[in-house]
Amino acid sequence: MTENAQQNLKEYVTAIIGGQLFGLPIVRVQDVFITERLTRVPLAPPEIAGLLNLRGRIVTLIDLRRRFGLGEREPGQTVMAIGVESRGESYGLLIDSVGEVLKLDESMREPNPINLDARLARVSEGIYRLDGQLLIVADVDRVLDIAPNAMAA
Amino acid sequence: MDDLLREFVTETNESLDVVDVELVRFEQDPNNAKILGNVFRLVHTIKGTCGFLGLPRLEALAHAAETLMGKFRDGHRATSEAVTLILTTIDRIKQILESLEREQREPDGNDKDLIGDLEHMVGQLAPAAPPAAPQYAVGTLAPQVLERPLRPGEDSLDDLERAFRETPVDPPAPKPAKPAPGETLKDDDAKAANQSIRVTVDTLEHLMTMVSELVLTRNQLLEIVRQHEDSDFKVPLQRLSSVTAELQEGVMKTRMQPIGNAWQKLPRIVRDLSNELGKHIDLEMQGAETELDRQVLDLIKDPLTHMVRNSADHGLETPEQRRAAGKPEHGRIRLSAYHEGGHIIIQVADDGRGLDTARIKSRAIAQGLVSETDADKLSETQIHKFIFAPGMSTAAKVTSVSGRGVGMDVVRNNIDQIGGTIDVKSVAGVGLSFTIKIPLTLAIVAALIVEAGGDRFAIPQIAVIELVRARAGGDHRVERIKDTAVLRLRDKLLPLARLSHLLGIDTEPGDVESGFIVVTQVGSQSFGIVVDGVFHTEEIVVKPLSSKLRHIGLFSGNTILGDGSVIMIVDPNGVAQSLGTVAASQAETEEAAKSRHVAADENTTSLLVFRAGSPQPKAVPLSLVTRLEEIDAHKIELSNGRHMVQYRGQLMPLVSMNDKVQVKSEGAQPLLVFSDGARSMALVVDEIVDIIEDRLDIQVSGGDSGVLGSAIIKGQATEIVDVGHFLPLAFEDWFRNKDRPKLAARRRSLLLVDDSPFFRNMLSPVLQAVGYEVTAAASASEALAMFKAGREFDVVVTDIEMPEMNGFEFAEALRADPATAAVPVIALSSVVSLEAVERGRQVGFHDYVAKFDRQGLIAALKEQADVGRAA
Repeated sequence: MTENAQQNLKEYVTAIIGGQLFGLPIVRVQDVFITERLTRVPLAPPEIAGLLNLRGRIVTLIDLRRRFGLGEREPGQTVMAIGVESRGESYGLLIDSVGEVLKLDESMREPNPINLDARLARVSEGIYRLDGQLLIVADVDRVLDIAPNAMAA
Repeated sequence: MDDLLREFVTETNESLDVVDVELVRFEQDPNNAKILGNVFRLVHTIKGTCGFLGLPRLEALAHAAETLMGKFRDGHRATSEAVTLILTTIDRIKQILESLEREQREPDGNDKDLIGDLEHMVGQLAPAAPPAAPQYAVGTLAPQVLERPLRPGEDSLDDLERAFRETPVDPPAPKPAKPAPGETLKDDDAKAANQSIRVTVDTLEHLMTMVSELVLTRNQLLEIVRQHEDSDFKVPLQRLSSVTAELQEGVMKTRMQPIGNAWQKLPRIVRDLSNELGKHIDLEMQGAETELDRQVLDLIKDPLTHMVRNSADHGLETPEQRRAAGKPEHGRIRLSAYHEGGHIIIQVADDGRGLDTARIKSRAIAQGLVSETDADKLSETQIHKFIFAPGMSTAAKVTSVSGRGVGMDVVRNNIDQIGGTIDVKSVAGVGLSFTIKIPLTLAIVAALIVEAGGDRFAIPQIAVIELVRARAGGDHRVERIKDTAVLRLRDKLLPLARLSHLLGIDTEPGDVESGFIVVTQVGSQSFGIVVDGVFHTEEIVVKPLSSKLRHIGLFSGNTILGDGSVIMIVDPNGVAQSLGTVAASQAETEEAAKSRHVAADENTTSLLVFRAGSPQPKAVPLSLVTRLEEIDAHKIELSNGRHMVQYRGQLMPLVSMNDKVQVKSEGAQPLLVFSDGARSMALVVDEIVDIIEDRLDIQVSGGDSGVLGSAIIKGQATEIVDVGHFLPLAFEDWFRNKDRPKLAARRRSLLLVDDSPFFRNMLSPVLQAVGYEVTAAASASEALAMFKAGREFDVVVTDIEMPEMNGFEFAEALRADPATAAVPVIALSSVVSLEAVERGRQVGFHDYVAKFDRQGLIAALKEQADVGRAA
């Protein structure tokens, strides 16, 4: 537990989306909640699953399966969301299930494989090789960077 | 002690803000003893309290300022220097208060400099009024401020005054000043203060969060009870539910504040600026009571201050320049705020020199915002928009006031943050105005909750005129012209659109015959929004859309309903815009893309396209048509050589569009019905083709009588029919039956201002027919130029909705110039709302007439003529 070792460790909240393990920096995560009473938004980009009221705040929900191109979710199952904030606005990132919090050494992170799906490469900050599976580090700001023009058509 | 000190700081800061404002007023109105009394009283209180709390620096300053003010009260003229000195003193007091708040004690240092100046000023004033020195309590001393008899034990004001004056000025000396005099004088204020208490914003925010939690919990409970039919909880829960709703509403209301709070510091700022810059500036403020959410208020405070500074510094000219330009020496900055169509509009306008277009352009090119070739293609308005780009401060010289690099980009950022928009309008030499539009943000509005495609939506009630349930065969019938559904509502045809279709929930155009029609008005456009169901109205607190959704024009915000669910707020403006698009999208793709582009333009008109006598299409603005009828040809009668039809219990004359149109002898005869008051006439046509939303741009003026000219509509040359031509054919006296003013020796001259060539062309003959010499202008600036060139008109008739400078601004410009201030102005508008009429009255319209109300216009003209003659 020296200063140095501390500095190299970063904590991630992990989540499974479409069978793939992702990690989000814990400093960006506000809370994890179950989504209920979702309001859909007509004419919105497809990634935007809808809005909900979380303790008096309107939260914009972003479907990470759609955002990452990982197929549609089966209807009827309870959907978890990771709450994040960006520029004073609240977002909920829809995931399939939330996993444990991992402390990972910064130096172990590897760059994106060049053949990584473009939709993932766009948001990925790198890859960790864990026991038996890969963890994609998602950059919250890039996940939220949904260009309004991309969908208008 | 801490609490006492904190309260003192807060209270004193507030008092000082008032002193700021009042002093500036006093300087302009030096004879107003009431203002001076007020200022004096506040400073007096501050001084007294300082003594009580042992704050020698503050006390000494307040005392010195008070002494100088005492001179004013003794009848000395309040010179600008003296007022400046007092204001500086107040600033110093504020500084000391600030560190007092931080460090719980007065900062070190002394104020000898200021006090010296103040005393010097007192000395300068002294010789002018010798009696002030020896006697303290002469009758002229003060207008009696106390409005009730003295209570036992109280000292008279004059005695107190003497006590203050006789007190030695040395700061450390203990003061006899007790808080009592302040309290005595503040009796009325104290009563007011008891009506309100101070709560920190954090407390309110916390309360708000807790209420939201409560609402959610209540909803869960309601859900549980719903599943158990006969639950004992039902009744108490209902009670809980309504109490919660009221609580929520109450807490939300605590967040609202009048915009005047954000303007409070402006009179002082403007006053200081006008001294510093050597300009005469009048600051006008209208609508200070308009309420805004506290958060929004905080965010627009600085932008507003910045814009007012800009106007004073760059916008307004020096008195010499103004005189040379033929303007009054006093420049004017006007701030106004009002609610409009579910938005809060804040305007900052000045009558200065306007933006320097060439300068902005060269600057934009230098900054690499636009290439030189592109810049040449931009319109003035587009170039003006560059002032919102970073690094575009255009002040030729950097003054202490502005031009320090913090520019309009910062202003724009702040306004963006609250989901608002800012627009700039500038007329060189005439003035500059900024319009900030805050879309409903966080304001509480009444909304109609409707259902469309299985989801609920809110429509701001301010845009809703009425709700109609359409039924086949009823008075309110839905009809179709080709693919466009229209509602026949009394004397109007309204285009209809299904909300679920607009929102893309239903891909089918859907049948509009069932469901409710929300009759909506936006600007000059009326239309019906068809929804599946209507629930109720609810006061909603509008929250800005997520930045990811703000591009969707159909929504202006979202909100949390009383039951805790999130709901989207439909923007009627957006619906109006997309109506044109939907109509167009049913046509061929390429054409559609083109007309969509056109529809996005603000000046589109709904046109009824028909054929009569030739394959070439003809068109008339839908708004002029009262009804479309198809009658059985057998019902047409011939009377006195004219075709007539019995219609709604009256005989209605039929007029053929031209010789080539034959009145049918069998089958159905399509008619366009025009009504004016009780009379109706019908135009016989061959076929009604379509309703099209397009820009009406009459290009070639027609040779035929009855045709105003041709326009390209959906890529086809179309004749635009002059309805005014046909009306007299039906009734010879259509325009001149009763209201024609008796011709004076000279024909009265009239200036008609309207940006639409159609209305200019339509109204000119009508007005000529009632005896006016009509001159038309296509824009307000053109009209102003005519006045500038020395033309005189007896009366002005102007449209309200015009690009660049609208009718309101035009009227204000006329009022501002003494040469034209007396000319009566009649406004024409397709929207006649109470709000608009009120605003019209404020800017000086003499009358306000609906655009198609010819008789109303003629009556209004007659009235103005009568007034003119009487005068």
